[in-house]
Amino acid sequence: MGTSSITPGFDESALVARAKSGDMDAFSELVTHYERRVFRMAKQITQNDDDAEDVLQETFLKAYTHLDNFQGNSKFYTWLVRIAVNEALMKLRKRRSDKTVPLDEPINTGEDEMVREIAVWDENPEESYSREELGTVLNEAIQSLKPAYRTVFVLRDIEELSIEETAEALKLSISAVKSRLLRARLQLREKLTRQFKKKGDDAFAYL
Amino acid sequence: MTRLLTCKQFLQELNEFLDNELDPAFRAELQRHVNECPNCWVVCDTTLKTIKVFKGMQSQPLPPGVHSRLWAYLGKRCGCKRKDESDITEV
Repeated sequence: MGTSSITPGFDESALVARAKSGDMDAFSELVTHYERRVFRMAKQITQNDDDAEDVLQETFLKAYTHLDNFQGNSKFYTWLVRIAVNEALMKLRKRRSDKTVPLDEPINTGEDEMVREIAVWDENPEESYSREELGTVLNEAIQSLKPAYRTVFVLRDIEELSIEETAEALKLSISAVKSRLLRARLQLREKLTRQFKKKGDDAFAYL
Repeated sequence: MTRLLTCKQFLQELNEFLDNELDPAFRAELQRHVNECPNCWVVCDTTLKTIKVFKGMQSQPLPPGVHSRLWAYLGKRCGCKRKDESDITEV
């Protein structure tokens, strides 16, 4: 769901300040508050439960040991995301036999193949599919993206970081984030359209 | 001026259009294109729905054991313990 950290009684900056001064309870509250989101994000990037669990553990351990480095210039969650993304990308690199760095992959900026499927969708996929079916479709779609696109999409559109925060977390330029996000969104749109298009509605598919 | 944007130009600005990050005059120009171009209307609509369906993804509960292993790991590595087990509802 949304990524708002507005939870009654949850005061992030106060908890961070207390945690920085050595209050373990405060740090525990931060962990409890964010563990599911960090795991979900790690799972979406690595596409693997075991890797996501390792990322979860390492992220909070690093957050704890480097808490003094957190200056409060960004939101705590953005800082946490940056740690988790680095951990997740390291997992991806380890798993890839060719050891290429996913985020440094050359990006095809050609305009071809960006839009092929042009068809309206059935009214509402959330109503036509069970939660499990929909989850499977979405997971398969996101899994099919290159890590460079997937990571940007996850941070921007699922975790709802801003373009600037996404760029900061991934150490990318704003323009790189924007172009990757556009391709990620359009590629996902293609895949979901194949799944969700109104039956028999290829009327506009002449581009 | 009533110059109509090409579909390619529209697509290049799709993100900013969807995220509402454009100055009103340029946005109106894009809106005019999308109103008059059925293909771009469909692309725009289905991209918006794509983002929406991903945003609406339910946050899954942690797989069994992940939560307790996290706390065991943090307890071992940095002495971190859950503040009050009884206070926290497992979801």
